[in-house]
Amino acid sequence: MNLRSAIAIFTNEVTRFFRTAFGSILSPVLTTSLYFVVFGAAIGGQIEEIGGVSYGAFIVPGLLMLTLLGEPTSNASFGIYMPRFTGAIYELLSAPVGVFETLVGFVGAAIVKSLVITGIILATALLFVDYTIVHPLYALGYVMLVASAFALFGFILGLWADGFEKLQIVPMLILTPLTFLGGTFYSIEMLAEPWRTVAQFNPIFYLINGLRWTFTGASDVPIAVSLAFTVAFEVLCVAVIAVIFKTGWRLRD
Amino acid sequence: MLLASGAALRETGAVSDPILDIQGLSKTYAGGTVALDNVDLAIRKGEIFALLGPNGAGKTTLIGAVCGLVRPSGGTICAFGKDMGRHWRDLRRRIGLVPQELGFDMFARVDRAVEYSRGMFGCAPSPQRIEEVLRSLNLWDKRTSQIRHLSGGMKRRVMIAKALSHDPELLFLDEPTAGVDVELRRDMWRQIGELRNRGTTIVLTTHYIEEAQEMADRVGVIDKGKLLLVDGKAAIMAKLGRTQAQVALAQSLGEIPSWLGAYPLSLEGDGRTLVYRGGDGSGKGKREVAEVLRLLVQHDVAFEGVETRESSLEDIFVDLVENKLERV
Repeated sequence: MNLRSAIAIFTNEVTRFFRTAFGSILSPVLTTSLYFVVFGAAIGGQIEEIGGVSYGAFIVPGLLMLTLLGEPTSNASFGIYMPRFTGAIYELLSAPVGVFETLVGFVGAAIVKSLVITGIILATALLFVDYTIVHPLYALGYVMLVASAFALFGFILGLWADGFEKLQIVPMLILTPLTFLGGTFYSIEMLAEPWRTVAQFNPIFYLINGLRWTFTGASDVPIAVSLAFTVAFEVLCVAVIAVIFKTGWRLRD
Repeated sequence: MLLASGAALRETGAVSDPILDIQGLSKTYAGGTVALDNVDLAIRKGEIFALLGPNGAGKTTLIGAVCGLVRPSGGTICAFGKDMGRHWRDLRRRIGLVPQELGFDMFARVDRAVEYSRGMFGCAPSPQRIEEVLRSLNLWDKRTSQIRHLSGGMKRRVMIAKALSHDPELLFLDEPTAGVDVELRRDMWRQIGELRNRGTTIVLTTHYIEEAQEMADRVGVIDKGKLLLVDGKAAIMAKLGRTQAQVALAQSLGEIPSWLGAYPLSLEGDGRTLVYRGGDGSGKGKREVAEVLRLLVQHDVAFEGVETRESSLEDIFVDLVENKLERV
């Protein structure tokens, strides 16, 4: 175990994030504000309470999830793809660094970045709506779990991609649509059949509802199901990455 | 015949207690390209070993296989007496690599890039060591600059600084002076010499023969994945070195006189130039040229000038690669 290498990767990744802090921070603030203006104020005013909370407060976990899926995915995918692209990957491959240290470094950094952005989004949301977090510690744990799961997913994406286009395709064409259709802005109770059933095949639906439960104490599915789903996804990603490191796929010639 | 089979290599480049011992190393890429073909190589502790070869010879693949960038198709690699496959974690801490291509985060600061490398190899943070490395490579004044703002030569120094940050005992330099100007190249040679003086074993690949001639203790020639020759620089010159002399005759000769039949001579330029090609790099060639000249004087054959040249390592290298099987 080479703990110092994990710290080096972590520090390097966090430094990279803060090097572009202006964009990293301003972007979620602006996006969240726009969503609250459009959905919270303009459309939300026409919608009654959902599950005992105002519509504005209802969409906070969904908006948070929108960022929590996108940011760690793109951060981790760029984090590993760029060294492959520039050739700097030689250092990771020639150093006494195994899959464990690599993931601790990359995923740890992604969690830190996600927590910073989560804080910014929640602070921004307070400017538009009153909301409370019913289970704050669970919320913190769940945010970290989802961030780490999607950092792992992003890591796989960064290894799989052989061009910048592929890096963008999955977040843009798969993650974002699934997040929007997973109940970011509505409860599936509001959907008619067969869409209500179809929505339950969307994995992101369980993640959003898990986070929503930590905020409001209520959700469309039991928290245990959401949690099991998230953990299973995380384990699957770790297994895939372990196989990639063992075989050297996309890493070693 | 000097083509190096594994057994022959072990004879010509016999190394006891090597710091790196490669046996039967092979690499065939997915497309079927054979980059390494049953390579045996042993590196002595504390030496500078130059691996010479044309582009695509397998130099970088060989280094990559040792350093973990390439998965060998066969063979074994032992470093510091241990198998690299099984003890990679412990062994990689002791090995450094400067790859051929410049590869780093261009937006990173010089000092942070070097600190990062030190951490990756499991070393505790050491501002003193980082300062020492940066100063030794004349990078201290640039320590807070982003790498992208440095010149090409400076960037290459950063690559070396990164590789030295964890004090490797065995350092691989893959084309360390490719694309740098003559002055910087000389400076790098000096720095590599200093590293050797501090006890670092250095394996460098190059296609600048001058570089190998200037610095290396031993030389290996590789082509098409096969190691053709491994030996000390002086021994190679002795075995494969040649003397060439051209004697400009006052009058043309129709044929080589019988009293010169014992020497490797030929006539060129309508019989006006007597050409000697021979010797073994140990002085035999010069002696024979002197004997030929004495015989010419004895037999009243007038000549107007003599030009002699000892073959360089480059001549030997070119000859080996182009006519690899025909050398003695």
